[in-house]
Amino acid sequence: MTMQSRILSPVTDPSRRTVVRGTLGVGAAALAAPLLTACGGGPSADPKTVTFGSNGADATPKSAYAAVTSAFTKDSGLKVKTNTVDHDTFQKSISTYLQGTPDDVFTWFAGYRMQYFAKKGLARPLDDVWDTIGSGFSDAAKQLSKGEDGKYYFVPLYNYPWAVFYRKSVFKERGYEPPRTWSEFTALAKQMKKDGLSPIASGYGGGDSWSILGAFDYLNLRANGYDFHMSLMRGEVSWTDRRTSRTLDLWRELSPYYQQGAGGRSWQDAAQSLLDKKSGMAVIGLFLGQQITDEKLRADIDFFAFPEIDAAHGQDTVEAPTDGFMLSRKPKNEKGAARLLEFLGSAQAENLYMGADPSNVAVHSAADTGSYNALQKKSAELIASAKHITQFGDRDSDPGFVSTVVLPGLAQWLGHPDDGSALLKKIESQRSRFFTA
Amino acid sequence: MSSVGSAPPAAPPRAPAPARPDAPRARPRPLRLGRGDRLFLTVIVGIPLLALLVFVWLPALASIGLSFTSWDGIEPSDIRWVGLDNYLEIFTNYPPFWPAVQHNVVWLLFTALLPTPFGIFLAYQLDRKIRFTRFYQTAIFLPMVLSLAVVGFIWEIIYNPDNGLLNGVLNGAAPGHHIDWLGDPDLNLWAVLIASAWRHTGYIMILYLAGLKGFDPALKEAASLDGANGRQTFLRVVFPALKPVNIIILVVTVMESLRAFDIVYVLGGGVGSKPGMELLSLLITDNIIGESSHIGYGSALAVVLLIVSLLAIGTFLAQTFRKEDQ
Repeated sequence: MTMQSRILSPVTDPSRRTVVRGTLGVGAAALAAPLLTACGGGPSADPKTVTFGSNGADATPKSAYAAVTSAFTKDSGLKVKTNTVDHDTFQKSISTYLQGTPDDVFTWFAGYRMQYFAKKGLARPLDDVWDTIGSGFSDAAKQLSKGEDGKYYFVPLYNYPWAVFYRKSVFKERGYEPPRTWSEFTALAKQMKKDGLSPIASGYGGGDSWSILGAFDYLNLRANGYDFHMSLMRGEVSWTDRRTSRTLDLWRELSPYYQQGAGGRSWQDAAQSLLDKKSGMAVIGLFLGQQITDEKLRADIDFFAFPEIDAAHGQDTVEAPTDGFMLSRKPKNEKGAARLLEFLGSAQAENLYMGADPSNVAVHSAADTGSYNALQKKSAELIASAKHITQFGDRDSDPGFVSTVVLPGLAQWLGHPDDGSALLKKIESQRSRFFTA
Repeated sequence: MSSVGSAPPAAPPRAPAPARPDAPRARPRPLRLGRGDRLFLTVIVGIPLLALLVFVWLPALASIGLSFTSWDGIEPSDIRWVGLDNYLEIFTNYPPFWPAVQHNVVWLLFTALLPTPFGIFLAYQLDRKIRFTRFYQTAIFLPMVLSLAVVGFIWEIIYNPDNGLLNGVLNGAAPGHHIDWLGDPDLNLWAVLIASAWRHTGYIMILYLAGLKGFDPALKEAASLDGANGRQTFLRVVFPALKPVNIIILVVTVMESLRAFDIVYVLGGGVGSKPGMELLSLLITDNIIGESSHIGYGSALAVVLLIVSLLAIGTFLAQTFRKEDQ
């Protein structure tokens, strides 16, 4: 479903990953629920153990979480039993998982997605934990961690911005300038096409259709502003609104500059084409860095904020999804779980995590930023300068609505971008089914 | 050989058979089954019956019941009765529904008209004891043995738009062609159907080959003595005589088409239905599995698939038994 937060170890052959991921997904369809439940349920509450459900199944996050939990064990004397489940399987079965016998603490995402489970009573409020860790977080981070009832339900770990990435050397060779406005942006894309590059790297094949949401979010945010975007995402305004049509019109303007064959390509392959200098730019998250296998390349990667479309909104919003932790509704070891969450909400935990996985930015204000690479530094500045921070299409909205209605619709439309009104009508007709309450 | 040998002894057992039902009637009705026997019978019939009820009928009926409700799958107290709303919505206002129905039909027709006859054809050819027949059998059956992951992996490599085998070959022949096999909504269903046919052919071939092995060669000899050519022998003699196998193949083909899911799911990236590849089975999982599930809506879709399956199977069974009665 959603993998914008996937933490991938550098992998050279993404297509293989896609297949295996798909297969795990099939397993998920049939087995996820019993599987997860079976793993989660310990035989009895052991006061010396905290269970931790992790979606970090790839090598990099797995070792990063291991570093964090073992430091916690050393610190507190409490053992952490980690139950790692494949990222997609975890997300797909989250609802069943939380209703069964979930682990005490589990990984999750900020935004509507977190609030949904808080509202359904599947997570426990964390106000006591926040009494301890609160001083380390900015107001924006605090806001992100609260449910609709104003209580805290979430401990953030890291975030990462979405932007337009490019290779410095390509821009230097060809004399391109990072664009600031829409007209500069489209003119640059046009020039790139003339120069024989695919202007915008694009791959939303297989399970990667979520990746197109980054462009949709930014187009809508820049053209219509934060408030409209959030109302649209939360199902409060009609999708056939004139403003949404404008977003699609802008997108259509951009679509001729998309890399060809995008519907069958993985995001990793698209990212690779940028690294290989076959594409000029890519609208993607900082996790692009996980695709880099040659460290020398990292210094040649840079990004600019998604260009301004309407001066009234400028570039005031940054899309920066935040990942972190929640507490299940009936933790078997509540005290231990609270201690673990307090630890996870500390600068020390973030430093440990970032030490193993450098393609994210810490949220804790006391986290060590001295060892940041240039991209991380710039990311942190971008996020800090933002007036509004959004999570991501499917985190700011009902994930079912996005994955079964919006995404297939947008992906199909993007294949043949014509007048978007038929598509918007289709999406609108489904809205009430998901946002009734 | 075997059927020739079995023909004469087939007669004698028939004679004593009617005697058996008469025997108990003649006697007074004693307790034919001891307590142990009855207990044994109860257990041996009861357990499967219970399993059938609990694991098949109860969920089926629950699905039908839930299809008239709206429920997010979390608190049973939240189940709301909505009557036929789900069905109305699905039939009138669910964009992927009609494409899914259409694709299921395409799937059935395609499978029944291409890979199934081709599998039979291959089986017939391989049965003629040509050289390397075992090698061919193994090669053609191999896809069926492979796990789904491997099948998906193989076709993913073939269809990859940048470095896939198919585009590589096409580029050699006609440079500049860049076909998005799995991404183009007008194309991807066919691409997946070919991958599915690749598996299906071997399956049908093995089934039919098994039938042909048990076929009485004397019939073929008789046909050729009567002057039938190869085609006539197959169509008039072999094919009708293998009716039980034909029925199995038909059932397998229909079932495989209706439950088509796995290979589409894998090649579609494992996230549910994709534009151009919607199928009823995928729409069901789209709505039931996931972070915000719509159990009622998904159940209604499942009931639609159940009805379609029952119609297909029912029609088929009625046809078969009617012919048998005649």
